[in-house]
Parts: sequence; structure tokens; C-alpha cells
Amino acid sequence: MEQASPLTFTPDMFMRNFAEAEPGLTRKGAIEESNRCLYCYDAPCIKACPTSINIPSFIKRIATDNLKGSAQTIMDSNPVGASCARVCPTEELCEGACVLNDASAPIQIGLLQRYATDWAISSGVQLFKAGVPNGKKAAVIGGGPAGLSAARELARAGFQVVIYEAKQLAGGLDTHGIVSFRLPQSISLWEVEQVEKLGVEIRTGMKVGVDISVEELKAGYDAIVLAAGMGYVPPLGIEGEKLSGVYDAIELVETTKTGIPTLELMGRRVAVIGAGNTAIDAATCSVRLGAANVKMVYRRTRTEMTAYDFEYEFAKQEGVEFSWLTLPKRIVGDELGNVAGLECVQMKLTGETGPDGRLAPMPVEGSEFILPVDAVVVAIGQKRRIDLIEALGLEHHRGVVKIDGATGRTSDPQIYAAGDIVFGSGAGEAMVVSAAQQGKDAAYAIVKQMSGHQDSVVGSAV
Amino acid sequence: MADLSIDFAGIKSPNPFWLASAPPTNTGYQVQRAFEAGWGGAVWKTLGEPVINTSSRFAAVHFGGQRVAGFNNIELITDRPLEVNLKEIYETKKRFPNNTIIASLMVEPKQEKWHEIVKRVEAVGVDGLELNFGCPHGMAERGMGAASGQQPDLVQAQTTWVKEVATTPVIVKLTPNITDITVVARHAVKGGADAISLINTINSLAGVDIHSWNTIPNVGGQGAHGGYCGPAVKPIALSMVAECARDRAVDVPISGIGGISTWQDVVEFMLMGSTGIQVCTAVMHHGFRIVEEMIDGLNNYLDEKGLASVMELIGKSVPKYSNWGDLDLNYKVVARINEDNCINCNKCHIACEDASHQCIDMLTNAEGKAILQVREEDCVGCNLCSIVCPADGAIDMVALDSGAAPMTWNQRNQVISGLNGSYSEVEVG
Repeated sequence: MEQASPLTFTPDMFMRNFAEAEPGLTRKGAIEESNRCLYCYDAPCIKACPTSINIPSFIKRIATDNLKGSAQTIMDSNPVGASCARVCPTEELCEGACVLNDASAPIQIGLLQRYATDWAISSGVQLFKAGVPNGKKAAVIGGGPAGLSAARELARAGFQVVIYEAKQLAGGLDTHGIVSFRLPQSISLWEVEQVEKLGVEIRTGMKVGVDISVEELKAGYDAIVLAAGMGYVPPLGIEGEKLSGVYDAIELVETTKTGIPTLELMGRRVAVIGAGNTAIDAATCSVRLGAANVKMVYRRTRTEMTAYDFEYEFAKQEGVEFSWLTLPKRIVGDELGNVAGLECVQMKLTGETGPDGRLAPMPVEGSEFILPVDAVVVAIGQKRRIDLIEALGLEHHRGVVKIDGATGRTSDPQIYAAGDIVFGSGAGEAMVVSAAQQGKDAAYAIVKQMSGHQDSVVGSAV
Repeated sequence: MADLSIDFAGIKSPNPFWLASAPPTNTGYQVQRAFEAGWGGAVWKTLGEPVINTSSRFAAVHFGGQRVAGFNNIELITDRPLEVNLKEIYETKKRFPNNTIIASLMVEPKQEKWHEIVKRVEAVGVDGLELNFGCPHGMAERGMGAASGQQPDLVQAQTTWVKEVATTPVIVKLTPNITDITVVARHAVKGGADAISLINTINSLAGVDIHSWNTIPNVGGQGAHGGYCGPAVKPIALSMVAECARDRAVDVPISGIGGISTWQDVVEFMLMGSTGIQVCTAVMHHGFRIVEEMIDGLNNYLDEKGLASVMELIGKSVPKYSNWGDLDLNYKVVARINEDNCINCNKCHIACEDASHQCIDMLTNAEGKAILQVREEDCVGCNLCSIVCPADGAIDMVALDSGAAPMTWNQRNQVISGLNGSYSEVEVG
């Protein structure tokens, strides 16, 4: 990767630094790895996958040169299976459950999944087709992983489906919010295209409650799936947030997804506030944008950080530094209104457990210091979509839509919800793969409600 | 270090590792390279009237990502003039006097033809002769190779003709493409063979290309059966060696051939009655240097077992090989799963459930951990679970005391016939 010696960030550097970092498997590599799979019965990897992909089956299909069948097996269970092949925390899910973990080494399920879906992408083959029209109409609010999954399963069941997407491109965080060197946008857009090929109409640039009224929506569709995710990063609530050089982590990543970003981090010293996966993404993104130094500032320790281990390792490899037990107090500006530093206070763990089960940090009196930085990236979570939820008249708890756990049905029987919009505060972060499953579950619940029988959607392969 | 040298029907060889008559022994250059690498002997690629070979000759069977589980060829005997081969044999023997060179021979089944070639090859100093009655393709269509090897009388007659003039030991190489290999082996012995070697290759078609629909291999779109060898044929070869080894009428040394790739294979063949062994496919796959690993492994094994000479292995397992009718019907083993080593892939469960006797249960123990458990009263001791189990030490086949005295099928029938006082059933093989 290019480091920060030149003064301008060139298109060449962008192409190099933001190209997918991990190479895919070669054909030989895929054959060898797939042949290593034991083809377990009642396999633990399937149970560890939130979308229950039949992993031994898709791997056996790779081993027997049936890549279409392999991709179909993956995408049948997970409509965003190509993205998940890249962003799933596999060591905590399928690969973590692989029986070979202690015996030798777990099967590289994520890489094999990527191999099969990459084949599907490059071959252009259509994997699924729409169901026989059942005369029902469904609207999906939000075209991210949950919305796409719901839409696809509804389309396969014969629904006429329209997705209302606020942005200009569907795909949600897969398209806009995950750094390109982990997940190129083309992968997510292929998944969007697969859903569109089933006749799902995606109306982009459409905000519900702004561009289409809630009444219109409720009157026009038999069922609605709310999968609008979350918003940008909420304010820190400290002095200096309006200074030039303070960035929203999600916006920062988003600007790198469609072209060369206009923001200038070349040679800058960057502090990233937060320690989740988005914070890591923002930090590595800053490194690749040419920042001279990137520090992650977190008020707790490594043990409490919510980012996955592999994310943390990746950040370390990229040269990101970590300031543990450091609480930002104030962003210091210069006379021109630019960021000049970040005032912090040292923290210590009290030994007492907070309501979330993690050790509570306390400031160390008189330990204030100023971290000299030129830019601050805020990554302390995402805003809830309270306005939209209330416009739809749904019950919620601090912006988390209340649903029936099994069906995803909200307080309004016409509306189901899935994805980040129903994700409550707790350990870890909402995963793409969980959102996909929730979208599927909502679709199946709608199918069941509409058809009045027990069968879940029966998908048909081409 | 144990003594690896062998005495094979009077032929002294520095070790039991010989190259089989095949492409690796085509020329003096190759055989000399082989001897430098450590091979104790070589059976020169079959001499006879030079042939024209086809282009595209070999094919292999790859399995589960493993290359060359089996190997198939449609190459014939030497395509070089006899004089050239004889000259190179002479030169090679002169350079490597301690290594064994056997001339493999194949001529029309005529007494004068055999007399002529035997005299010519013995004149250049070979240590022995191997009569190729096994090649299954091409030569068989000309009445030689397997075509004569499948006719016991012809095997006997040709062996007799060779013995009429031979001064060196005569090894008869047998084809496996026959119902009972011991019949031909006995005829070879009746003809005066000093030893037998087996097996030659097995009739085979390596595959069909599912895209072009051509055979594998093919010669300009047309295919023909070839000879199969390599690791996949080892069990077939081993059983044929065992049948000959335990046949009292086949009282000559055996050179074991068929899928030998490692020192462990060598030990197995020797335990089952081979005095020496021959290798081809492993060299085709890896080159002559593979013998270094075989020699070293065999040496360490013999030391570990406290054996001074490799000859001490010969035939030690033969008495343990008999007929089904001699197996103890009261012997009982059951599968036992060791939870500590089990990795919970559940392959034993599904194999037993779908293909055996449905006696492995998927349970949850008191701590909530998934476990697999054998219902021993329903287990027939088939071994299937332990075969499919990928985890070391997870399944043991444990012998149980059935409380009953050993009773074979043959003994049982004797008892029954004794009770009836009438006729007895014949031995079941």
C-alpha cells in the first residue's frame, strides 16, 4: 500500500489502496480446500450460519465442478451471500463451528463461498426466477441486506414487490458503508441486480414520508417490510464537533465507495473515536487515504471493544494505533476553525460491571492531555430512524422497532420489520447475515399470513 | 541398520526394491539413473519384436483432489531394436554389477522364438528372465501377453521352452485378467518357473471425457482398453499374491507388484508372501528418488521391530489368511466412541443409519454437549463407522468376549453333518 510521502492523493493511489485487499482462491486452491471438507452430517457450520446455508453441500459442489449449483445453494439461503462471503465474521460463525478447528484447521468457508459467488458474478448466470404471480403487492422500505432479502423471497413467492430506497443506489451498508478494500461496491450491486431480475422494482431516491406518504404506501400494498436500517453517526456532545476536519465515520467510508473522495486526509494525523467495526473501517480507510498517523481513541480497553478480532488484527497490520482508556473531552480548534487537537482524559476500569455487563470506566482526575491531531472521525454508533418509525405509527423503544420475534411483525399488522431497525443495543454489532435472515423471516411470515397456510416460501431455481 | 538384501530365487539383490518392466526401464540411461537413486533391481522394459506405439498413451484416475489414485496405459513393449536394448543392458550391468537386471521377454508362443531370445539376452549378462504373460492390450491382440497368459497350458508350455535353454532363474509374470490366478501360477510352476511375479495391469478404461464424450485416453478420438495400475489396484494385487502364497502347489518365490507406493506397501506385500517387490506407477508419478523414502522407511521399521533382515518379513501374514469358512463366527467386536477424541462430524451416525445397522445415536449428555453413542447390543461390528471417522482415536473396534468357544462355518457344518450322519456341505470359500 502507498504511504503518505506525496502530497496529493492521486487516482492511481485510490485504485491501488481501495482495490479488494484479500485475493480470492485460485481454482486449484478452491478444489484442494473443498476436498478437505468432511461433509459432516447435521453440520455445525450450517447451524452457526444465521441464514443456514447448506455449507457442506455448496462445498461439495465446488469439489465436483458444479459452481452454478454451489452459488445457487449459497444464494438460495442468503440473498446477499456474495457480500457475506467477504464481511461475515466467519471465525465467530461457520468457520468457528467447523469440526476441524481442533483437529487441524477449519475449512476456509468464507473464501470458498466467495469463490462460488464470484463465479456466478462473472458468468452472468441467473440463479433464481420469480414465483407465479399471486396478485399480492408488497412494499419494502430500504434496499439494504434485510430489504433485499425480504423482497427477493416475496418475489419468489409471487408477490409484486417495490423497494423504496432513499439513496441513489440500493444495497444499504454493503453498497455504501463497508470499505471497498473489503467489499467492492460491484459485489453488492450484483446482489441488487439479482433481486431486480426477479421483477422487483427498486425506486431509488425515495424517502418514505417525504417522497411518498405513509398513507399512500399503506393503501397501495398488502404488506410492508420496514428495513430502513440506521442513520449516520450521532453527535458526541462535546465541544468542537462543528470544526472543519471532524468527520462522520459512515459518511467518510461512503465518500470512498463511489469515487475519489474530496476530503483531504493526505499526511494528516487522524483520531478515530470509537472501537466498533465501523470505527475500524474508518481508521483503515484513513490510512489508505494517506493519513500520516491514525489513532483509535476508546474509553475502555481491548477486551471491551466490539470490533471483531479479525478487524482489530487487520487495523493493526494497517498501522493503526490504539489509545485505550482514553475519553475525548473536547475537540480543539485553531483560529481558522480547523481541528488542531483532541483533548482527552485518561480512564481506568473501576472493576464494577455496568448494565451491559462490561467493566465501567472512570476518569482519572487531573489526567487531561491534548492529542495533537488534524482530523477527528466519529464512530460511536448510528442514529435511529425515530422520525420514520413514528411516521409509520409503530411502537418502538428508543428507536428500536418492537416486533414479534418469530415473524418480525410490528405493532401494525400490515407492517413487518427487519435488519438494523430492529437491532437493539447489546453486545456485538448487527451483522449483514442476520439482517438477511430477518428479511427472509419477514417475507415468510407475510407469505404465510397472505396464503393462510403453513408452508414457507418455496423458491425455484432456474 | 537391518540387512535389506534379498535372495530372490537365487538372484541376489541389494534390496527388495525393483523397478517393474515399464516406461521407467525403457533405456540404459533410465535404469542407470534408477540404480544411482538406490533401486536394487530393474526389470527391463519388455523385449521382443519392436512395436509402433500410439501417441497419447497414459491416463490417470484422480480422486478427491488426489492425483493418480490409479493409472492406465496403452503403451506396448519396447519400440527399440533388440540390439540397442542388449547393448545398453550389457553396459548397465557392467557399470552396476551388484544391481539386479532382469530381462522381460515377450515373443510369439513358438519354441524356437523363445529359445532364440533367451540365448541372446543371457549372453549380455542378465541376472534373470521374466516372461511377460500379462500385458492386456495390443500384444494380446497378436496372441501374446495376456492372451497366452490366460491359457494355462500355453503358460506351462512356454515356460518349459524357456527352461530348456535358460541358465538364469525364470520368473513368470501373471495377468490378473483371469478368474483364478492360482491356476495359471500352478501351470507356470509345472512348466519349471523358478518364481512368479504378479500382478500385471488390469483391463481398464480410465474414463470418459464428459464434455467431448471421448474416451480417456484417446488416440485421435478413438480409445481402447488399457492396463490399470497404481495405488487403486493394490488390494487386488495383494489378494492375488496372498492366494498364490498360500497355495502349496505354488511353491516358488513371489515378486509382488501392484500399486506399491510406500515402504508400508512393501512391508504388506512381503508379509503376504512376496520375497521382493516391483514398482512402476509411483516412479511415473514422482521419479526414481521416491526409493530413498522407501529404503529409509523400511530400514527404520525393521530396526523398530528388531528384525535383522528384511527376509524375516516374508510370508509372516500368510497363515493369517484363509477362507471365509475358517473364520470364527463367535468372535464379536463392537464400535466404541471416545468422546475426548470425537469431533462431532456425525459421519459415523449417518453411515450407520443409512448403510449399516442404525446403532449410533446422536445424543446430548448431562452437560448439554452433543455426543455420539453406540448401542452395542445392536452393533454388528462391521467397522463402517471407524472407516468413515476422520478423527484419530475417536472410534475403537473393541473385541468382546462372546462367552462361546470359537466356531467356524466349516466346523459348524462338520458338527451338523456328524449329527445328521449324512452328507456334509462343502467348504465355503
